[in-house]
Amino acid sequence: MNFPVKITEDSLVARAARVAEIAARHADAVDFEGRFPQEAVNAMKAERLLGIQIPRHLGGEAASTTDIAELCSMLGQACAASAMVFAMHHIKLSSLVEHGVDSEWHSAFMRRIAAEQLLIASATTEGGIGGNLRNSICAIEIDGDICRLQKDATVISYGSHADAILITSRSHPQAASSDQALTAFLKDQYTLEKTHAWNTLGMRGTCSDGFLFKGEAPAKQILPKPFAEIAAQSMLASSHLLWSGVWYGIAVDAVSRAQAFVRAAARKSPDATPPGALRLAEVSNLLQMVKSNVVAGLKAYEDAKADGDKLSSMGFAVAMNNVKIASSETILEIVNHAMLICGIMGYKNGTPFSLGRHLRDAHSAQLMISNDRILGNTSSMLLVHKQDTSLLG
Amino acid sequence: MNKTVRDLVAKFGKLPVPVDQVADDADLYAAGLTSFASVQLMLGIEEAFDIEFPDNLLNRKSFASISAIVKTVDLIQDSRKVA
Repeated sequence: MNFPVKITEDSLVARAARVAEIAARHADAVDFEGRFPQEAVNAMKAERLLGIQIPRHLGGEAASTTDIAELCSMLGQACAASAMVFAMHHIKLSSLVEHGVDSEWHSAFMRRIAAEQLLIASATTEGGIGGNLRNSICAIEIDGDICRLQKDATVISYGSHADAILITSRSHPQAASSDQALTAFLKDQYTLEKTHAWNTLGMRGTCSDGFLFKGEAPAKQILPKPFAEIAAQSMLASSHLLWSGVWYGIAVDAVSRAQAFVRAAARKSPDATPPGALRLAEVSNLLQMVKSNVVAGLKAYEDAKADGDKLSSMGFAVAMNNVKIASSETILEIVNHAMLICGIMGYKNGTPFSLGRHLRDAHSAQLMISNDRILGNTSSMLLVHKQDTSLLG
Repeated sequence: MNKTVRDLVAKFGKLPVPVDQVADDADLYAAGLTSFASVQLMLGIEEAFDIEFPDNLLNRKSFASISAIVKTVDLIQDSRKVA
Protein backbone atom coordinates (compact mmCIF):
# COMPACT_ATOMS: atom_id res chain seq x y z
CA MET A 1 0.00 0.00 0.00
CA ASN A 2 2.90 2.33 0.59
CA PHE A 3 3.90 2.45 -3.04
CA PRO A 4 0.77 4.04 -4.56
CA VAL A 5 0.60 6.52 -1.71
CA LYS A 6 4.17 7.60 -2.38
CA ILE A 7 3.40 8.13 -6.08
CA THR A 8 0.36 10.20 -5.22
CA GLU A 9 2.38 12.37 -2.87
CA ASP A 10 5.02 13.01 -5.48
CA SER A 11 2.67 13.71 -8.38
CA LEU A 12 2.68 17.21 -9.84
CA VAL A 13 -0.90 17.71 -8.69
CA ALA A 14 -0.12 16.69 -5.11
CA ARG A 15 2.90 18.98 -5.01
CA ALA A 16 0.88 21.89 -6.46
CA ALA A 17 -1.89 21.22 -3.93
CA ARG A 18 0.59 21.78 -1.11
CA VAL A 19 1.72 25.04 -2.75
CA ALA A 20 -1.90 26.11 -3.27
CA GLU A 21 -2.63 25.64 0.40
CA ILE A 22 0.17 28.03 1.31
CA ALA A 23 -0.78 30.48 -1.47
CA ALA A 24 -4.41 30.56 -0.29
CA ARG A 25 -3.36 31.37 3.25
CA HIS A 26 -1.52 34.51 2.12
CA ALA A 27 -3.68 35.52 -0.85
CA ASP A 28 -5.60 38.29 0.91
CA ALA A 29 -2.46 39.83 2.42
CA VAL A 30 -0.61 39.67 -0.92
CA ASP A 31 -3.56 41.41 -2.56
CA PHE A 32 -4.12 43.99 0.17
CA GLU A 33 -0.46 44.94 0.53
CA GLY A 34 0.29 44.59 -3.20
CA ARG A 35 3.33 42.51 -2.31
CA PHE A 36 5.12 39.63 -3.99
CA PRO A 37 3.71 36.21 -2.96
CA GLN A 38 7.04 35.13 -1.49
CA GLU A 39 5.61 32.30 0.62
CA ALA A 40 3.92 30.70 -2.39
CA VAL A 41 6.99 31.09 -4.61
CA ASN A 42 9.20 29.62 -1.86
CA ALA A 43 6.79 26.70 -1.72
CA MET A 44 6.98 26.28 -5.54
CA LYS A 45 10.75 26.09 -5.19
CA ALA A 46 10.55 23.68 -2.24
CA GLU A 47 8.21 21.42 -4.26
CA ARG A 48 10.59 21.85 -7.23
CA LEU A 49 7.83 23.06 -9.53
CA LEU A 50 9.88 25.73 -11.33
CA GLY A 51 11.88 23.21 -13.40
CA ILE A 52 9.21 20.64 -14.27
CA GLN A 53 8.90 21.71 -17.92
CA ILE A 54 12.62 21.18 -18.62
CA PRO A 55 13.55 17.94 -20.43
CA ARG A 56 14.65 15.05 -18.24
CA HIS A 57 18.18 14.95 -19.66
CA LEU A 58 18.64 18.51 -18.36
CA GLY A 59 17.33 17.70 -14.89
CA GLY A 60 13.64 18.51 -15.36
CA GLU A 61 10.52 16.36 -15.50
CA ALA A 62 9.40 17.04 -19.11
CA ALA A 63 5.97 18.27 -17.98
CA SER A 64 3.67 19.19 -20.86
CA THR A 65 1.82 22.47 -21.31
CA THR A 66 -1.34 20.57 -20.41
CA ASP A 67 0.20 19.35 -17.13
CA ILE A 68 1.29 22.88 -16.30
CA ALA A 69 -2.09 24.41 -17.19
CA GLU A 70 -3.70 22.12 -14.62
CA LEU A 71 -1.29 23.40 -11.96
CA CYS A 72 -1.97 27.02 -13.02
CA SER A 73 -5.66 26.38 -12.50
CA MET A 74 -5.07 24.85 -9.05
CA LEU A 75 -2.92 27.79 -7.97
CA GLY A 76 -5.42 30.21 -9.55
CA GLN A 77 -8.09 28.87 -7.23
CA ALA A 78 -5.88 29.78 -4.27
CA CYS A 79 -4.14 33.04 -5.24
CA ALA A 80 -4.33 34.42 -8.75
CA ALA A 81 -1.15 36.50 -8.39
CA SER A 82 0.90 33.45 -7.32
CA ALA A 83 -0.63 31.46 -10.17
CA MET A 84 0.18 34.19 -12.68
CA VAL A 85 3.82 34.34 -11.52
CA PHE A 86 3.99 30.56 -11.98
CA ALA A 87 2.34 30.81 -15.41
CA MET A 88 4.60 33.62 -16.64
CA HIS A 89 7.71 31.76 -15.46
CA HIS A 90 6.63 28.69 -17.42
CA ILE A 91 5.74 30.75 -20.51
CA LYS A 92 9.34 32.04 -20.54
CA LEU A 93 10.63 28.56 -19.90
CA SER A 94 8.64 27.25 -22.88
CA SER A 95 10.68 29.57 -25.13
CA LEU A 96 13.89 28.03 -23.76
CA VAL A 97 12.60 24.46 -23.93
CA GLU A 98 11.25 24.80 -27.47
CA HIS A 99 14.04 26.91 -28.93
CA GLY A 100 17.11 26.57 -26.70
CA VAL A 101 17.93 22.86 -26.45
CA ASP A 102 20.33 22.97 -29.39
CA SER A 103 22.32 25.79 -27.83
CA GLU A 104 24.99 24.77 -25.36
CA TRP A 105 24.62 27.85 -23.18
CA HIS A 106 20.82 27.66 -23.00
CA SER A 107 20.91 23.94 -22.22
CA ALA A 108 23.29 24.61 -19.34
CA PHE A 109 21.01 27.46 -18.24
CA MET A 110 18.01 25.09 -18.16
CA ARG A 111 20.05 22.64 -16.11
CA ARG A 112 20.69 25.44 -13.62
CA ILE A 113 17.01 26.49 -13.57
CA ALA A 114 16.03 22.93 -12.66
CA ALA A 115 18.81 22.42 -10.13
CA GLU A 116 18.61 25.80 -8.40
CA GLN A 117 14.89 26.48 -9.04
CA LEU A 118 15.57 29.86 -10.64
CA LEU A 119 12.60 32.16 -11.26
CA ILE A 120 12.54 33.61 -14.79
CA ALA A 121 10.85 36.92 -15.66
CA SER A 122 9.95 38.47 -18.99
CA ALA A 123 10.63 41.94 -20.39
CA THR A 124 8.74 42.31 -23.67
CA THR A 125 6.97 45.63 -23.00
CA GLU A 126 8.72 48.88 -23.78
CA GLY A 127 7.83 52.56 -23.55
CA GLY A 128 6.81 53.84 -26.99
CA ILE A 129 5.84 50.57 -28.74
CA GLY A 130 2.14 51.01 -27.96
CA GLY A 131 1.75 47.61 -26.35
CA ASN A 132 2.78 45.62 -29.42
CA LEU A 133 5.34 43.13 -28.14
CA ARG A 134 6.28 42.19 -31.69
CA ASN A 135 8.05 45.54 -31.98
CA SER A 136 11.09 46.86 -30.18
CA ILE A 137 12.77 50.23 -30.07
CA CYS A 138 15.84 49.21 -28.08
CA ALA A 139 18.54 47.21 -29.86
CA ILE A 140 21.05 44.73 -28.54
CA GLU A 141 24.63 45.70 -29.33
CA ILE A 142 27.14 42.97 -29.96
CA ASP A 143 30.75 43.81 -29.29
CA GLY A 144 32.94 40.78 -29.92
CA ASP A 145 31.80 38.09 -27.45
CA ILE A 146 29.77 40.53 -25.39
CA CYS A 147 26.24 41.88 -25.83
CA ARG A 148 24.83 44.97 -24.20
CA LEU A 149 21.26 46.15 -23.87
CA GLN A 150 19.43 49.06 -22.32
CA LYS A 151 15.63 48.99 -22.32
CA ASP A 152 12.92 51.24 -20.94
CA ALA A 153 10.82 48.29 -19.80
CA THR A 154 7.52 49.75 -18.62
CA VAL A 155 6.46 46.41 -17.17
CA ILE A 156 8.59 43.57 -15.84
CA SER A 157 6.36 41.32 -13.75
CA TYR A 158 8.11 40.34 -10.47
CA GLY A 159 11.25 41.93 -11.98
CA SER A 160 12.75 42.68 -8.55
CA HIS A 161 12.26 39.06 -7.45
CA ALA A 162 13.47 37.19 -10.53
CA ASP A 163 16.75 35.27 -10.85
CA ALA A 164 16.98 35.93 -14.60
CA ILE A 165 15.13 37.92 -17.27
CA LEU A 166 14.38 37.00 -20.88
CA ILE A 167 14.23 40.29 -22.73
CA THR A 168 13.32 41.29 -26.28
CA SER A 169 15.08 43.91 -28.39
CA ARG A 170 15.85 44.61 -32.02
CA SER A 171 18.45 42.10 -33.14
CA HIS A 172 21.05 44.79 -33.99
CA PRO A 173 21.12 48.62 -34.03
CA GLN A 174 20.20 48.83 -37.76
CA ALA A 175 17.41 46.20 -37.57
CA ALA A 176 13.77 46.93 -38.39
CA SER A 177 11.51 47.25 -35.35
CA SER A 178 10.00 43.80 -35.94
CA ASP A 179 13.39 42.10 -36.39
CA GLN A 180 13.78 41.04 -32.77
CA ALA A 181 15.97 38.81 -30.65
CA LEU A 182 15.36 37.29 -27.22
CA THR A 183 18.24 37.29 -24.75
CA ALA A 184 18.64 35.68 -21.33
CA PHE A 185 20.32 37.83 -18.69
CA LEU A 186 21.17 36.48 -15.25
CA LYS A 187 20.58 38.54 -12.13
CA ASP A 188 24.25 39.49 -11.74
CA GLN A 189 24.41 40.63 -15.37
CA TYR A 190 21.89 43.49 -15.15
CA THR A 191 20.71 46.40 -13.09
CA LEU A 192 17.11 47.54 -12.70
CA GLU A 193 16.18 51.08 -11.88
CA LYS A 194 12.51 51.31 -10.90
CA THR A 195 10.56 53.77 -13.05
CA HIS A 196 6.90 52.81 -12.48
CA ALA A 197 5.21 51.34 -9.39
CA TRP A 198 2.60 48.59 -9.87
CA ASN A 199 -0.39 49.87 -7.90
CA THR A 200 -3.33 48.27 -9.64
CA LEU A 201 -6.93 47.19 -9.29
CA GLY A 202 -6.07 43.49 -9.27
CA MET A 203 -3.24 41.00 -9.78
CA ARG A 204 -1.49 43.18 -7.25
CA GLY A 205 0.99 40.54 -6.14
CA THR A 206 2.64 40.14 -9.54
CA CYS A 207 4.51 43.37 -8.73
CA SER A 208 4.79 44.24 -12.42
CA ASP A 209 6.78 47.41 -11.87
CA GLY A 210 8.47 49.35 -14.67
CA PHE A 211 12.25 49.46 -14.84
CA LEU A 212 15.13 50.88 -16.78
CA PHE A 213 17.01 47.68 -17.62
CA LYS A 214 20.77 47.79 -18.28
CA GLY A 215 22.51 44.53 -19.01
CA GLU A 216 25.79 43.14 -20.27
CA ALA A 217 26.39 39.44 -20.90
CA PRO A 218 28.22 37.00 -23.19
CA ALA A 219 26.63 37.24 -26.67
CA LYS A 220 25.97 33.48 -26.68
CA GLN A 221 23.08 34.17 -24.28
CA ILE A 222 21.03 35.53 -27.21
CA LEU A 223 18.58 32.80 -28.27
CA PRO A 224 19.64 31.33 -31.62
CA LYS A 225 16.20 31.80 -33.24
CA PRO A 226 14.50 35.08 -34.26
CA PHE A 227 11.96 36.23 -31.67
CA ALA A 228 9.28 36.28 -34.41
CA GLU A 229 9.54 32.50 -34.60
CA ILE A 230 9.71 32.06 -30.84
CA ALA A 231 6.62 34.25 -30.41
CA ALA A 232 4.65 32.36 -33.05
CA GLN A 233 5.73 28.85 -32.11
CA SER A 234 5.84 28.82 -28.31
CA MET A 235 4.96 32.11 -26.68
CA LEU A 236 1.60 32.82 -28.29
CA ALA A 237 0.12 29.45 -27.47
CA SER A 238 1.67 28.93 -24.06
CA SER A 239 0.66 32.44 -22.94
CA HIS A 240 -2.96 32.13 -23.96
CA LEU A 241 -3.26 28.59 -22.60
CA LEU A 242 -1.47 29.02 -19.27
CA TRP A 243 -3.12 32.38 -18.61
CA SER A 244 -6.45 30.77 -19.38
CA GLY A 245 -5.57 28.06 -16.85
CA VAL A 246 -5.06 30.73 -14.19
CA TRP A 247 -8.27 32.55 -15.14
CA TYR A 248 -10.25 29.34 -15.10
CA GLY A 249 -8.91 28.81 -11.58
CA ILE A 250 -10.22 32.24 -10.48
CA ALA A 251 -13.64 31.37 -11.91
CA VAL A 252 -13.68 27.92 -10.31
CA ASP A 253 -13.05 29.38 -6.87
CA ALA A 254 -15.75 32.04 -7.38
CA VAL A 255 -18.24 29.33 -8.34
CA SER A 256 -17.17 27.18 -5.36
CA ARG A 257 -17.92 30.09 -3.05
CA ALA A 258 -21.29 30.68 -4.72
CA GLN A 259 -22.14 27.01 -4.44
CA ALA A 260 -21.19 26.96 -0.75
CA PHE A 261 -23.48 29.95 -0.25
CA VAL A 262 -26.42 28.28 -1.97
CA ARG A 263 -25.86 24.99 -0.12
CA ALA A 264 -25.78 26.81 3.23
CA ALA A 265 -29.07 28.53 2.35
CA ALA A 266 -30.61 25.21 1.28
CA ARG A 267 -29.61 23.57 4.56
CA LYS A 268 -31.16 26.40 6.56
CA SER A 269 -34.55 26.05 4.86
CA PRO A 270 -34.81 22.59 3.36
CA ASP A 271 -38.38 23.18 2.19
CA ALA A 272 -37.64 26.00 -0.23
CA THR A 273 -35.20 26.21 -3.14
CA PRO A 274 -32.75 29.03 -2.36
CA PRO A 275 -33.09 32.06 -4.65
CA GLY A 276 -29.54 31.67 -5.97
CA ALA A 277 -29.96 28.03 -7.03
CA LEU A 278 -31.02 28.76 -10.57
CA ARG A 279 -28.18 31.23 -11.06
CA LEU A 280 -25.79 28.59 -9.76
CA ALA A 281 -27.00 26.25 -12.50
CA GLU A 282 -26.42 29.03 -15.04
CA VAL A 283 -22.93 29.79 -13.81
CA SER A 284 -21.98 26.11 -13.81
CA ASN A 285 -22.86 26.11 -17.49
CA LEU A 286 -20.58 29.10 -18.16
CA LEU A 287 -17.78 27.49 -16.19
CA GLN A 288 -18.04 24.32 -18.23
CA MET A 289 -17.79 26.34 -21.45
CA VAL A 290 -14.55 27.96 -20.29
CA LYS A 291 -13.19 24.57 -19.28
CA SER A 292 -14.09 22.97 -22.63
CA ASN A 293 -12.54 25.89 -24.46
CA VAL A 294 -9.25 25.70 -22.58
CA VAL A 295 -9.07 21.90 -22.82
CA ALA A 296 -9.72 22.03 -26.58
CA GLY A 297 -7.01 24.70 -26.91
CA LEU A 298 -4.53 22.55 -24.98
CA LYS A 299 -5.29 19.57 -27.19
CA ALA A 300 -4.86 21.67 -30.34
CA TYR A 301 -1.49 22.86 -29.05
CA GLU A 302 -0.21 19.41 -28.11
CA ASP A 303 -1.31 18.14 -31.57
CA ALA A 304 0.26 21.07 -33.43
CA LYS A 305 3.54 20.77 -31.49
CA ALA A 306 4.42 17.71 -33.54
CA ASP A 307 4.07 19.72 -36.75
CA GLY A 308 6.03 22.98 -37.11
CA ASP A 309 3.99 24.16 -40.11
CA LYS A 310 0.74 23.76 -38.24
CA LEU A 311 2.19 25.60 -35.26
CA SER A 312 2.96 28.68 -37.33
CA SER A 313 -0.23 28.49 -39.40
CA MET A 314 -2.95 31.10 -39.31
CA GLY A 315 -5.60 28.57 -38.38
CA PHE A 316 -3.71 27.75 -35.20
CA ALA A 317 -3.09 31.42 -34.33
CA VAL A 318 -6.80 32.19 -34.80
CA ALA A 319 -7.71 29.25 -32.53
CA MET A 320 -5.33 30.37 -29.76
CA ASN A 321 -6.55 33.97 -29.99
CA ASN A 322 -10.10 32.70 -29.64
CA VAL A 323 -9.22 30.68 -26.53
CA LYS A 324 -7.84 33.82 -24.92
CA ILE A 325 -10.77 36.06 -25.87
CA ALA A 326 -13.38 33.57 -24.71
CA SER A 327 -11.80 32.71 -21.37
CA SER A 328 -10.89 36.29 -20.48
CA GLU A 329 -14.40 37.58 -21.22
CA THR A 330 -16.38 34.71 -19.77
CA ILE A 331 -14.65 34.64 -16.39
CA LEU A 332 -15.89 38.18 -15.75
CA GLU A 333 -19.42 37.03 -16.38
CA ILE A 334 -18.85 34.06 -14.09
CA VAL A 335 -17.47 36.07 -11.18
CA ASN A 336 -20.27 38.60 -11.59
CA HIS A 337 -22.82 35.79 -11.51
CA ALA A 338 -21.20 34.37 -8.38
CA MET A 339 -21.46 37.83 -6.82
CA LEU A 340 -25.18 38.00 -7.61
CA ILE A 341 -25.60 34.64 -5.88
CA CYS A 342 -23.63 35.55 -2.75
CA GLY A 343 -25.08 39.07 -2.58
CA ILE A 344 -23.72 41.37 0.07
CA MET A 345 -21.68 38.49 1.58
CA GLY A 346 -19.79 38.29 -1.71
CA TYR A 347 -19.42 42.04 -2.01
CA LYS A 348 -18.00 42.38 1.52
CA ASN A 349 -14.35 41.63 2.18
CA GLY A 350 -13.41 39.11 4.85
CA THR A 351 -16.36 36.70 4.56
CA PRO A 352 -16.03 33.08 3.37
CA PHE A 353 -17.94 34.20 0.27
CA SER A 354 -15.93 37.36 -0.55
CA LEU A 355 -15.44 37.83 -4.27
CA GLY A 356 -13.89 41.29 -4.50
CA ARG A 357 -10.37 39.93 -5.11
CA HIS A 358 -11.64 37.49 -7.72
CA LEU A 359 -13.50 40.24 -9.56
CA ARG A 360 -10.52 42.60 -9.53
CA ASP A 361 -8.04 39.90 -10.55
CA ALA A 362 -10.37 38.70 -13.32
CA HIS A 363 -10.50 42.19 -14.82
CA SER A 364 -6.81 41.94 -15.76
CA ALA A 365 -7.54 39.12 -18.21
CA GLN A 366 -8.97 41.30 -20.97
CA LEU A 367 -6.00 43.64 -20.74
CA MET A 368 -3.05 41.22 -20.71
CA ILE A 369 -2.44 41.78 -24.40
CA SER A 370 -5.57 43.83 -24.96
CA ASN A 371 -8.49 41.86 -26.35
CA ASP A 372 -9.04 44.67 -28.85
CA ARG A 373 -5.54 44.13 -30.20
CA ILE A 374 -6.09 40.37 -30.40
CA LEU A 375 -9.44 40.79 -32.15
CA GLY A 376 -7.77 43.20 -34.60
CA ASN A 377 -5.09 40.61 -35.29
CA THR A 378 -7.65 37.83 -35.76
CA SER A 379 -9.80 40.00 -38.00
CA SER A 380 -6.87 40.69 -40.31
CA MET A 381 -6.05 36.95 -40.48
CA LEU A 382 -9.67 36.15 -41.30
CA LEU A 383 -9.29 38.18 -44.50
CA VAL A 384 -7.29 35.28 -45.91
CA HIS A 385 -7.74 32.33 -43.55
CA LYS A 386 -10.76 30.15 -44.27
CA GLN A 387 -12.44 28.59 -41.24
CA ASP A 388 -12.25 24.88 -40.55
CA THR A 389 -15.82 23.73 -40.98
CA SER A 390 -15.46 20.33 -39.34
CA LEU A 391 -16.62 19.74 -35.76
CA LEU A 392 -13.64 17.65 -34.68
CA GLY A 393 -10.78 18.97 -36.83
CA MET B 1 6.33 36.33 -61.93
CA ASN B 2 9.28 37.46 -59.78
CA LYS B 3 8.71 41.04 -60.98
CA THR B 4 4.98 40.95 -60.21
CA VAL B 5 5.70 39.59 -56.73
CA ARG B 6 8.32 42.28 -56.16
CA ASP B 7 5.83 44.97 -57.26
CA LEU B 8 3.25 43.56 -54.84
CA VAL B 9 5.78 43.46 -51.99
CA ALA B 10 6.61 47.10 -52.78
CA LYS B 11 2.91 48.02 -52.78
CA PHE B 12 1.65 46.06 -49.76
CA GLY B 13 4.74 45.05 -47.75
CA LYS B 14 5.35 48.54 -46.27
CA LEU B 15 9.00 47.65 -45.75
CA PRO B 16 11.25 50.34 -44.30
CA VAL B 17 13.73 49.66 -47.16
CA PRO B 18 13.18 49.81 -50.96
CA VAL B 19 12.32 46.40 -52.41
CA ASP B 20 15.24 46.45 -54.91
CA GLN B 21 17.51 46.28 -51.87
CA VAL B 22 15.87 43.06 -50.71
CA ALA B 23 17.44 39.90 -52.14
CA ASP B 24 15.17 37.13 -53.45
CA ASP B 25 16.02 34.86 -50.55
CA ALA B 26 16.24 37.56 -47.83
CA ASP B 27 13.94 37.11 -44.81
CA LEU B 28 11.05 39.54 -45.36
CA TYR B 29 10.10 39.49 -41.68
CA ALA B 30 13.63 40.54 -40.72
CA ALA B 31 13.36 43.25 -43.39
CA GLY B 32 10.36 44.62 -41.47
CA LEU B 33 7.30 42.85 -42.87
CA THR B 34 4.66 43.05 -40.12
CA SER B 35 1.94 40.44 -39.70
CA PHE B 36 -0.71 42.95 -40.78
CA ALA B 37 1.23 43.93 -43.93
CA SER B 38 1.77 40.24 -44.70
CA VAL B 39 -2.01 39.75 -44.80
CA GLN B 40 -2.40 42.74 -47.13
CA LEU B 41 0.32 41.22 -49.28
CA MET B 42 -1.45 37.84 -49.35
CA LEU B 43 -4.68 39.52 -50.42
CA GLY B 44 -2.80 41.43 -53.12
CA ILE B 45 -1.23 38.21 -54.41
CA GLU B 46 -4.57 36.36 -54.38
CA GLU B 47 -6.07 39.17 -56.44
CA ALA B 48 -3.14 39.57 -58.88
CA PHE B 49 -2.80 35.84 -59.66
CA ASP B 50 -6.47 34.97 -59.19
CA ILE B 51 -5.71 32.27 -56.67
CA GLU B 52 -6.70 31.43 -53.09
CA PHE B 53 -4.18 30.29 -50.54
CA PRO B 54 -5.23 27.03 -48.93
CA ASP B 55 -4.88 27.00 -45.16
CA ASN B 56 -1.90 24.63 -45.15
CA LEU B 57 0.13 27.25 -47.04
CA LEU B 58 -0.94 30.15 -44.82
CA ASN B 59 2.10 30.14 -42.60
CA ARG B 60 5.24 32.17 -42.11
CA LYS B 61 7.33 29.86 -44.27
CA SER B 62 5.24 30.48 -47.41
CA PHE B 63 5.85 34.22 -47.18
CA ALA B 64 9.32 34.29 -45.64
CA SER B 65 11.05 35.63 -48.77
CA ILE B 66 10.31 36.76 -52.31
CA SER B 67 11.47 33.41 -53.69
CA ALA B 68 9.30 31.58 -51.12
CA ILE B 69 6.26 33.57 -52.31
CA VAL B 70 7.05 32.75 -55.95
CA LYS B 71 7.36 29.07 -55.00
CA THR B 72 4.06 29.14 -53.09
CA VAL B 73 2.21 30.79 -56.00
CA ASP B 74 3.79 28.25 -58.39
CA LEU B 75 2.63 25.40 -56.20
CA ILE B 76 -0.97 26.64 -56.17
CA GLN B 77 -1.02 27.31 -59.91
CA ASP B 78 0.46 23.87 -60.65
CA SER B 79 -2.06 22.07 -58.46
CA ARG B 80 -4.82 23.94 -60.28
CA LYS B 81 -3.53 22.74 -63.66
CA VAL B 82 -3.61 19.14 -62.42
CA ALA B 83 -7.14 19.59 -61.15
